[in-house]
Amino acid sequence: MGITTEELRASRKVLAEFDYEPAEIEKGYSGKSLYINLTDLTIKPKDITEQMKEIFIGGKGFGLWYLWNAVKPSTKWSDPENEIVISSGPIGGITQYPGSGKSLVVTLSPLTNSVMDSNVGGYFGPYLKFSGWDALEVQGKADQDVVVFIDGDRGKITIEKMELDPGASHLVSEQLTDMFAESEKDKKNISIVSTGSGADNTLIGLLNFSFYDLRRKAPRLKQAGRGGIGTVFREKNLAALVVRYSSLSGRSNNPADPSTIAKTGVKLAREINKFDDEQFRMRQIGTANLMTPMNDYDLLPVNNFKFGSHEDAVKISSDVLRSKFTQNMPDGCWVGCALSCCKAVDNFELKTGPFKGDKVIVDGPEYETAAGLGSNCGIFDPDHIIEANFYCDTYGIDTISTGTITAFAMECYENGVINKEITGGLELSFGSADAAMELIHQMGQGRGFGKIAGLGVRRMKHFFVDEYGADEAFLEDIGMENKGLEYSQYQAKESLAQQGGYAMTNKGPQHDEAWLIFMDMVNKQLPTFEKKAEALHYFPMFRTWFGLMGLCKLPWNDIIPESNKDADRPELIPEHVQNYVDIFNAVTGKQIDKDEMIRQSERVYNFQRVFNLRLGFGTREHDAAPYRALGPVTEEEYESRAERYDNQLRDDVGINPEGMSTADKVKKMREYRESRYEQLIDVVYKRRGWTTNGIPTIGHLCELGIDFPEVIETVKNKL
Amino acid sequence: MLKIVEKNEKECTLCGACETTCSTFYFKEDDRLKSSIQVLEASENGDPVINVCNQCGNCIDVCPVEAIKRTGKGTVVISKKACVGCFNCVGVCPTDTMYWHEDLTEPFKCISCSRCTKECPTEAIFMEEVATN
Repeated sequence: MGITTEELRASRKVLAEFDYEPAEIEKGYSGKSLYINLTDLTIKPKDITEQMKEIFIGGKGFGLWYLWNAVKPSTKWSDPENEIVISSGPIGGITQYPGSGKSLVVTLSPLTNSVMDSNVGGYFGPYLKFSGWDALEVQGKADQDVVVFIDGDRGKITIEKMELDPGASHLVSEQLTDMFAESEKDKKNISIVSTGSGADNTLIGLLNFSFYDLRRKAPRLKQAGRGGIGTVFREKNLAALVVRYSSLSGRSNNPADPSTIAKTGVKLAREINKFDDEQFRMRQIGTANLMTPMNDYDLLPVNNFKFGSHEDAVKISSDVLRSKFTQNMPDGCWVGCALSCCKAVDNFELKTGPFKGDKVIVDGPEYETAAGLGSNCGIFDPDHIIEANFYCDTYGIDTISTGTITAFAMECYENGVINKEITGGLELSFGSADAAMELIHQMGQGRGFGKIAGLGVRRMKHFFVDEYGADEAFLEDIGMENKGLEYSQYQAKESLAQQGGYAMTNKGPQHDEAWLIFMDMVNKQLPTFEKKAEALHYFPMFRTWFGLMGLCKLPWNDIIPESNKDADRPELIPEHVQNYVDIFNAVTGKQIDKDEMIRQSERVYNFQRVFNLRLGFGTREHDAAPYRALGPVTEEEYESRAERYDNQLRDDVGINPEGMSTADKVKKMREYRESRYEQLIDVVYKRRGWTTNGIPTIGHLCELGIDFPEVIETVKNKL
Repeated sequence: MLKIVEKNEKECTLCGACETTCSTFYFKEDDRLKSSIQVLEASENGDPVINVCNQCGNCIDVCPVEAIKRTGKGTVVISKKACVGCFNCVGVCPTDTMYWHEDLTEPFKCISCSRCTKECPTEAIFMEEVATN
């Protein structure tokens, strides 16, 4: 364990401090944000303006607005002026409605060089707000590792240095929780944001947000995983952010109408209690409940997204993972979440790495982690997945990117693009669990081939082409990234809408913007281009809304109310949409309806698109997808689903496949699928109010009320 | 042995004495919706339905802040000081006897104090000892 709590405490040296009177929360807002500059150790409050609340709402909206004002078009992720902004949102921190404790983190990403947002559980965002701050901006770069401590109880902020090794996030979280808590009882009032050595050594660093688990008597870690936010954190020489707030109650958010919130929350909690066991079993298995159905529907990524299922997937099925979770009591990342999808493996004895032999708590594995580190690498060993999950979290590297990177490296290895000499002896073929684990240690510790893998798929492609003369076109086809971000773990080949849901995102291919696979492919609810375009307008907007509010998306459609049987548009889950409208109004005292809800998101979504544009991205070329995400790249892939593809050639393309070579069939299929994807882009852009090059029109921006001079200027220069 | 409020619904006359006693004692007002024992008019067989906690304790495990505990006597009680008002306990209660009220931040429940049983004119409710699990 290294240093003791007493030694750590004795080593503290305050570099800057700031006393304040925590602002009263009124209708979900403190009305203040906290600005910290690590270069000159500035700590100062800012006012949240009415315009910010009206247009940007909170959460990701506040993050984007502050970041926009902090950076220039030329700013790079590693420049001191880049910021990390953390904000929950007006609904964040209520205890009565499941899934209301999220934080949104926004920064310029080292992977995409553009705007990144990532949402995360844990207690930091709500405690930050109740300590008086709707948002936290961290700018600048410290000249040594520092810890920022926000004491909401005393109204004091300090920037401190201490003898803390920031290399392992699970230890950092434990040590800082122990040190900053004033008693055992006080530990639940502490939340830590930290990362690990992988964030120093890769571009896929994540942030862990902690909450103290009273029953396990240890901090648990939830991840803001995507886009290298942890890498920016360490670039700033931040070792940790700590918040302390001890007066949490059902009224901490001081809503306008607590009764409606309670009524709506109790309704949902009862619904979950009644139906969860027969629906998605979120309380028993969490998101890992998807493992079995994804494999059954040929949607589970296998071997770098070549295939959608595997006969060995049964070894990492939903029920196998469930059997690994040791405490099946409801377990939420924010208090009051009756859906309780958090899961943990207790007393897991590590077999590898610097903590070999330690018995640890592993949070997860979530579906994305199990699919990414497991099936997508051709590995069907649940214990490998759990061990890899632990090390990714404590090194502070994103499990989704790690999975997609490893899978890409494995396919390159199997195709001779790289070899043992290049990998430093790692036999990176599909299914090589030991090599995959060693690669994680190398990424975490900045050693060997891990230094190349840690750059992400986009840079690996360029590196392999430049250094080893690899076939560029092939790597572009199989490298599963878009905008520089690695794909999350769903097989999108048979769902055109999902292909758009991934590649037409603002930040890169993450399913939190649009997850349309089931709706499109399984339930056949989006048969026409128009319907797909409508879905690719509505759902990204609807899902953006969660990130403005401090909400989790899962209680929207991972529990289905009885009323859905008779709903006109069951895919929207109308009763739950109305719940959200009701609780927003009950918190803020405003009067929105479900149409205004979408407008709220549309403002922020289009603002983010323009932000991308301002940084040199955000046009059609950046919404292109690697062909692996659209269809079969190789003859092997085609042959593996030959009947399906032959039928499609015959029925959809109008070509008789008989007598054609597989290579020809792959080519014809590709022409067809790529043209369909281009058609989809056309209709989606039109529906979103954008030009055919993907730029929001001036008229649309004016209509949305985000026609700020700099926004208009940015767009005018690109039109 | 744990004592719980038991009921003989056939004997209930819907007089409301139990509800008045409970809400008046704990919340200083006569409001049946603030009573931890609540009587509904008729069930399928025509008898009133008396809803009161059987101290099963399902709520204990779902409390995120461990505000709900079983006392040495076996009664399930909520610490208002520790409670953060999330109503998870209301959601999982199998007998719908973890109550909430729009005026109140925290839920409330029967703690087997027996006051209501002493005011019942027909012995439709009474204290009974049961084995604890």
